[in-house]
Amino acid sequence: MSTAAAPRGAAPRGAAALRTDDPAVRPEPTGTVKKLGGLAGWVDDRTGVAKGAGHMLKKVFPDHWSFMLGEIAMYSMIICLLTGVFLTFWFVPSMGEVPYDGSYIPLQGVQMSEAYKTTLDISFDIRGGLLIRQIHHWAALMFVVAVMVHMFRVFFTGAFRKPREINWVIGTVLSLLSIVEGFAGYSLPDDLLSGTGIRAAEGFMQSIPIVGSYVAYFLFGGPFPGEAIIPRFYTAHVLIIPAILIGLFTAHLLLVMVHKHTQYPGPGRTNSNVVGFPLMPVYMAKAGGFFFIVFGAIALVSALFTINPIWAYGPYDPSPVTAGSQPDWYMLFADGGLRLLPGWLEIPIFKWTLSLNVAIGALLLIPVMYTLIGIYPFLEAWVTGDKREHHLLDRPRNAPVRTALGAAFIAEYFVLAMAGVNDILAIKFHLAINSITRALQLLFFVLPVIVFWVTKRLCLSLQRADRNLVLHGRETGNIYRSADGEFTEIHEPLDPYRRWTLVQHEVGTPLALGSTKDANGVESPLSKKARRRARWSQFYFRDSVAPVTPAELAAAHHHGEHDALPSAESATHVGPSEH
Amino acid sequence: MNALAARRRHPAAITVLLLLGLILTGAAYSLLAPKQAQAALASEDQVAAGKSLFLANCASCHGLNAQGTLSGPSLIGVGAASVDFQVSTGRMPAAGTGVQVARGVAKFDEEATAAMAAYVASLGQGPAIPEEAVTSGQGADLARGGEIFRVNCAMCHNFAGAGGALTWGKYAPALKDVTGRQIYEAMVTGPANMPKFTDTNISPEDKNNVIGFLKAIETQPQQGGYHLGNLGPSSEGLFAWVFALGLLIGAAVWLGSKAA
Ligand code: HEC
Ligand code: HEC
Ligand code: HEM
Repeated sequence: MSTAAAPRGAAPRGAAALRTDDPAVRPEPTGTVKKLGGLAGWVDDRTGVAKGAGHMLKKVFPDHWSFMLGEIAMYSMIICLLTGVFLTFWFVPSMGEVPYDGSYIPLQGVQMSEAYKTTLDISFDIRGGLLIRQIHHWAALMFVVAVMVHMFRVFFTGAFRKPREINWVIGTVLSLLSIVEGFAGYSLPDDLLSGTGIRAAEGFMQSIPIVGSYVAYFLFGGPFPGEAIIPRFYTAHVLIIPAILIGLFTAHLLLVMVHKHTQYPGPGRTNSNVVGFPLMPVYMAKAGGFFFIVFGAIALVSALFTINPIWAYGPYDPSPVTAGSQPDWYMLFADGGLRLLPGWLEIPIFKWTLSLNVAIGALLLIPVMYTLIGIYPFLEAWVTGDKREHHLLDRPRNAPVRTALGAAFIAEYFVLAMAGVNDILAIKFHLAINSITRALQLLFFVLPVIVFWVTKRLCLSLQRADRNLVLHGRETGNIYRSADGEFTEIHEPLDPYRRWTLVQHEVGTPLALGSTKDANGVESPLSKKARRRARWSQFYFRDSVAPVTPAELAAAHHHGEHDALPSAESATHVGPSEH
Repeated sequence: MNALAARRRHPAAITVLLLLGLILTGAAYSLLAPKQAQAALASEDQVAAGKSLFLANCASCHGLNAQGTLSGPSLIGVGAASVDFQVSTGRMPAAGTGVQVARGVAKFDEEATAAMAAYVASLGQGPAIPEEAVTSGQGADLARGGEIFRVNCAMCHNFAGAGGALTWGKYAPALKDVTGRQIYEAMVTGPANMPKFTDTNISPEDKNNVIGFLKAIETQPQQGGYHLGNLGPSSEGLFAWVFALGLLIGAAVWLGSKAA
C-alpha cells in the first residue's frame, strides 16, 4: 500500500515517536500535469489552470467508508440532475385541463391537468420514461438520506470544529435546501398525493398570524389551487433551488479542499498531516468507480421497486383525499409535528382564529431545528472554550455529551417522523391511532432525555473499557495455575498501534465555578456570565474519563501482574495526554 | 279567497299546513324512494332451514328472534345482503367481541349462507343479494369507477385499496381478494363504520364500475416493479433507509477496505 502523508505545515508533534519508522514521504512528482498532452498544455498556456489543478490533484484524501457518505450525497444529487434534465423534455408544468388519452387504461377519458397527463405520458408512453422517473425519485430520496447520514458522521466525529464551522453552516443550508427541493419535486405531478401536499402547504401559510391568507393568496396567485402554483414550483424545482444547491455544494467541496479532509486518529496521524491517497490517480479512480456503484445501485432499486405510482393516486381534485397521505420521508417529521400538536392550541380571538396548532409545527419547527443545527459548532466552542484547530476526528465515545446530544436529537426526530406515520403504524401493528399519538406526545418530551442519559453512560463505559484494555491488555481466555495454586488469566498486551488509537485523545476539564463577586466583593455581571458558561462546561465535561497516561501504564506494568506486558521502553510510546 | 285569507291566522292553520306537508312528503317519498330490491323469492323450506341454523349459530348474540342483544345488533331489516356479506367474508359468526370483527374464512357453505340470508330477509325488508350483472365488474367504465372510488372510498381504504386506519383501533380493511358481490354488498349494507351507499348515492351501474376498477388495479401488472405494499411514501422512505442505504454503505465499506 502506498500511503502519502501530506504535512499540514506544522512539524509533527507528539506522535513523532511512532512516526519514526513510517515510510518516508514520497517526493511529489512535479510537472506531471504539463505532460498530460498537447491539449492540456495548450489549455494551460492560455489559462494557467495547471498549477491550481495540479495542486488539487495532489491533495491527499484519507480512506474510510464514512468519508464516502458525502460522496453518496453528491452522486445522488448528480443522478437527480441528469435524470431531471430528461424529465424536463416532456413534462409540461401546466394546470390546463385536458382529457387523458394515453395508454394507462383505468384513467382513459379522465379530465386532468397537463402536468399530471405529461407525467403519465413519461411513465407509460415514453420509452424508458418510467425507469428514469423512478431513478429520479429514488435518487432524490437517497440524496436526502445520504445528506443526513453524512451530517451525522460529521457531527459525531466532531468534524465541524474549527476551522470547518463555515462548512458545517453551508452543509446545514444544503440539507434544508435538499428537503425543500424534494418537496417542490414531489408537488409537480399534480396527482392526488402531491395536490394534498400542496393543500397542506397552503394551510401552513394561512396559519401565519394576521397575514397568512394574504401570503397564501399571493403565492398561489389567487384562491387555491389556481393555475399558478405548479409553474411556480417548477421554476423553483428546476432552476432556483438547483442553482443554489450547486453553488453551495461547490463552495462546500472547495472548503473541504482548502481545509484538507479530517482523519480518524491512528498511529502516524496527527493534527498536522493527512494520511491517505493522493486525489489523482488513486482517489479519483476510487471515487469515479464509486459513482458508478451508486448509480448502479439506484438504477437497480428503481428497476425493481415502484416509487410514487402517480397513476394509482389519480389526478388531483380538492374533494378526495386518500388514506395514508404522507409526504416523502424527509418531511415526515414536520407532518408528525402537526399530528402531535393538540387541538386546543387553536385559539379563537373574536372573529379571527389563531391556529397555533398548525403554526407551531408548520412554521416554527423547521426554522428552529435548522438554526439549532447551524449554530451547534459555535455553541460547543463557546462551552468548551476550545479555540484550536482540529484535523483529527473524535471517536464518538470520547465526546460523550456531544454524542449523547446527537443521539437525543435523532430520537426526537424519530418520534416526530413516527407521528407522521401514525396511521400506518396503527394499521400495520393493530394499534389504536389515538393511543399511538398519546404515546408519541409523551415520548416527545421523555425519549430524548432517556436517550441522552443512556448514550452518555454508554460512552463513558466504552471509555472505561478502553482504559482497561490499555492497562491490562486483551483477555486471552487462557487461565494459568501457578505452582502455589493461584489462577491467573493471561492478558495479552495491545500492540502500540492499537494502543495509540485508544490513548491519543485529550479530555476536557470543566471550568471551575468561580465566585460571583469580583475582587472587591461586588456582585459582578461579568462573572455571572462566566459562571453560566462554567455551568455548561460542567455539563459537558463533568464525568470525563481520562485516557491512560504513560505513567499509569508504567505503573500497571510495575504491578507485575502481567508477565507478558511489553518492556517499559515501549510504554513510552503511549500517546501524550496533552493536558 | 277572502274567507281563506280571513282564516289564515286561525290557530289550527299551522297544524293543518304541517299535516299537509307531511302527507305530501310521505306520498312523494313512497313514489320516489329507491325501491329495495325484493329478495329472490325464498321458499318456506329455505327460511325454516335458515332459522334453525340461525338459532344454533347466531342467536346467542343476535337474540332468538334476531331482535338483538347486548352482544350483537338487531338483524331485523338488515337484509339478505348483509348476512351474505358478513357470513361469506367469515366475519359472522363473530368469535368474540373486539373493536371490530375481522375478516376470516367463511364457516358456512353457499347453501347454508343463503338459507340464513333468506331467514333474516324474511324478518324485514332490506337490501337483497345483488345480481351477478352488477357485481362482476364486466364492461365497467374503469375511469368512472376510479373517480367514484377516489371520491367515496379512498379516504378510508387508500388509493389502491390497501386499507387505512380509523380511530381507536378500527380500520378500513384492504380490498384484496374480495369478491365483486362482497364489494357490492359492503356498499349497500355499510358494515361496521363504513357508510351505506344506497342506489341514490351510487347507482348499481356505478357500483359495478367501482368493482371493475378494483378488479382492474388488483390484476393489472405492477408497472413500476414491486409496489412495496402501496402504502404511499412511508414504505418508500423505510425502504430507502434500510435497503438502499444498506446497499450503498455496504459498497462504501467494501471500497474503503480495498487497498489501492
Ligand atoms: C359473538 C357474538 C356474535 C355471533 C355468534 C354472531 N354475531 Fe353477527 N354480529 C355481532 C356483532 C357484535 C355485530 C356488529 C359488528 C360490527 O358492527 O362490526 C354483528 C353484526 C352482524 C350483522 C350486520 C348487521 C348490520 O347492521 O348490517 C349481520 C348480518 C350478522 N351479524 C349476522 C350474523 C349471523 C348470520 C350469525 C350466525 C352465523 C352471527 N351474526 C353470529 C355479534 C355476533
Ligand atoms: C368511513 C370509512 C369508509 C368508507 C368511506 C368506505 N369504507 Fe369500506 N369499509 C370500511 C370499514 C371500517 C370496513 C370494515 C367493516 C367490517 O370489518 O365490518 C369496510 C369494509 C369494506 C369492504 C369489505 C372488505 C373485506 O375485507 O371484506 C369492502 C369491499 C368495502 N369496504 C368497500 C368500500 C367501497 C367500494 C367504498 C366506497 C364506495 C367504501 N368501502 C367506503 C370503511 C369505509
Ligand atoms: C448537498 C448536500 C451535501 C453534499 C453533496 C456534501 C458533500 C460532501 C463531501 C463529498 C464531503 C467530503 C467527504 C466527506 O467527508 O464525506 C463533505 C465534507 C463535509 N461536509 Fe458535506 N455534503 C452535503 C451536506 C452537508 C451537510 C448537511 C453538512 C452538515 C450540516 C455537511 C458538513 C460537512 C463538513 C463539516 C465536511 C468536512 C468533513 C471533514 O473534513 O471531515 N455537509 N461534504
